Amino acid sequence: MSAFRNAFDYKVKLQRGACSCGRHSSQSAHDLDEALEMRQMQDRVVEGAVMRALFPRDEVRRGFLKAVGAGTALAAISTLFPLGLAKEAFAQGAGKLEKTKLKVGFIPITCATPIIMAHPLGFYAKYGLDVEVVKTAGWAVIRDKALANEYDAAHMLSPMPLAISTGTGSNPIPWTVPAIENINGQAITLAIKHKDRRDPKDWKGFKFAVPFDYSMHNYLLRYYLAEHGIDPDRDVQIRSVPPPEMVANLRADNIDGFLAPDPVNQRAVYDGVGFIHLLSKEIWDGHPCCAFSASQAFVSGNPNTYHALLKSILDATAYARKAENRKEIAAAIAPANYLNQPVTVVEQVLTGTYADGLGNVKKDPNRIDFDPFPYDTFALWILTQMKRWGQIKGEVDYAAVAKNVFLATDAARLMKELGMPVPDVAKPIVVMGKTFDPKQPAAYVDSFAIRRN
Amino acid sequence: MKPSRPWLAPLLSAIFFALFVGIWHLATLPTSAAVQVDPEYAALVGQAAATGTKSAMPTPGEVGAKLWEHFRDPFYDKGTNDKGIGTQLAFSIGRVLLGFSLAALVAVPLGFVIGMSPLIYKALDPFIQVLKPISPLAWMPLALYTIKDSDISAIFVIFICSLWPMLVNTAFGVANVRRDWLNVARTLEVSRLRTAFQVILPAAAPTIMTGMRISVGIAWLVIVAAEMLVGGTGIGYFVWNEWNNLSIANIISAILLIGLVGMLLDTLLARLARAVTYRE
Repeated sequence: MSAFRNAFDYKVKLQRGACSCGRHSSQSAHDLDEALEMRQMQDRVVEGAVMRALFPRDEVRRGFLKAVGAGTALAAISTLFPLGLAKEAFAQGAGKLEKTKLKVGFIPITCATPIIMAHPLGFYAKYGLDVEVVKTAGWAVIRDKALANEYDAAHMLSPMPLAISTGTGSNPIPWTVPAIENINGQAITLAIKHKDRRDPKDWKGFKFAVPFDYSMHNYLLRYYLAEHGIDPDRDVQIRSVPPPEMVANLRADNIDGFLAPDPVNQRAVYDGVGFIHLLSKEIWDGHPCCAFSASQAFVSGNPNTYHALLKSILDATAYARKAENRKEIAAAIAPANYLNQPVTVVEQVLTGTYADGLGNVKKDPNRIDFDPFPYDTFALWILTQMKRWGQIKGEVDYAAVAKNVFLATDAARLMKELGMPVPDVAKPIVVMGKTFDPKQPAAYVDSFAIRRN
Repeated sequence: MKPSRPWLAPLLSAIFFALFVGIWHLATLPTSAAVQVDPEYAALVGQAAATGTKSAMPTPGEVGAKLWEHFRDPFYDKGTNDKGIGTQLAFSIGRVLLGFSLAALVAVPLGFVIGMSPLIYKALDPFIQVLKPISPLAWMPLALYTIKDSDISAIFVIFICSLWPMLVNTAFGVANVRRDWLNVARTLEVSRLRTAFQVILPAAAPTIMTGMRISVGIAWLVIVAAEMLVGGTGIGYFVWNEWNNLSIANIISAILLIGLVGMLLDTLLARLARAVTYRE
């Protein structure tokens, strides 16, 4: 079949095939190779079809390639015709996984629940993937390892892919958020000695910790403080501390409190070091926190693997959403291989029946919840805060960045395939009583009294 | 005083150790707190928090039990992120030896050249002086960014930190070979290459070995910190992972093992150094 031959090689004659493909000694060797190189061959088919359409006479094509060389020809034709897209569109139908052994990095916090639990509970295996989930020491390291392609996909804070894509704090590399992992699930924890200073207006001079500069934690804490008239840059100190070090720092009196992901908050309570002042859902109910992320290159280079991976994450997220599964999940992700925490701590976070550190048992089943849908509006809100606090300078094309990074269309299509309800309209974003209008991001930024832009 | 009683020093060591453990035990004895809390609440928090205090340092008994647990099964493998302490130590030692050997391969020949030529010594001296005091961990972000592989980056950090002591010591040793010996070699018309291998190398060997001993010590110090930064495997990762869990007993066990391995590495090189020393 001449369809599988390199249309960019001038030595190859497209219109005449000697044997079934001309490269193998026997048919069985051909079949084996064909199975292995399915994708490559599909690409050739697309290239061949395109080349034949461009050069109806084969001599002309061969003469052209001989004259300019295959590389130049490929580049020239790619500008006329989106070869990459055509190849991808063609490959979608085949459904063969380009890669089954994957590495996914995570930070040991409950936000990563879907990514982690998909391993012990077999969600990756269900979609034919052999995924190794690798615990990573901190956000900067997970970013660098993901950028270095050591990980195929990674657990990130949802603002990080936006920061990477816009080149804030690193070189701009197109990065994507195929799914959000969790909503809510963070808290402000203060040292026990501050148990009588619950009013944020009394917090001048406090030292706070957040996990990373580009984190929902940073933006939510800043928002909360600013709404109470505390300037987060001048009246208090906010530093970035990796989650595992937070409790140790709180214990050592290095910091007065933190807005941190769980299980860090619950762990501080468990060790009698701090108390939970406020759950993040009380600042913005339904806010996104962590994201499942991958490079644009991985998404477009391995479309089938990407879809299988995303499906396993979506499936795991849906499973995690059900309250009755939470205890089982807590027991699965607490061991040293994953979170390395006492089971009761993880269970309190996931079930929402928890000790608050001041002697009360509180119940809030929505303390953490899981909703994979990457709404554009989430990205828009995050971008407004990055702009507000001076992390991004100059003009921002809010809508375009949000659309390119948060892959809502893909998630919607796969959720439909998996028979999950797809949200059609974005949920309204209300942060501390103030509604965010996604159509007016610039005006929203300007509406705050305390800002740095 | 004559060393008439050889058992005295070990006895004193044992007494010091017993004293240390005794004080530690007394200092960490659980205090009986009388704070009453709701049993439902107590079930949700740790033992210390239930009695209204912060969680305390572990007692020597707890650390001993943890150590025993590690010694009984040092090479278990419960997944990518949970391997036995023996496996973790092996990863760290492997990294140190690899980085250290690479550094030796570069430092010894380079040190030789520098030591033999005062001109090159003067030309390279400013670079060495600037690069030498840089904390090896400061290279880590740069290494991760350029090498794009965390494992190789860790080895690179070991390489760079063990390079300088070996380089400087080799150069020093080579430059300070007794003039008489070199003159004798020259009188006998020994070729330069032969002089280097048969006169200078044996003469400078003790100094070079001292450099290596310093290097391996530094490399072992640095690997723990480097692994805490990049994670994955190794004893540094183990410490970080247990810090994550605030498991002080595990961290103390790891500290003890880090010390023991460091001592072993040092003794090993000290033996080698003794083998190449000579009497003048």
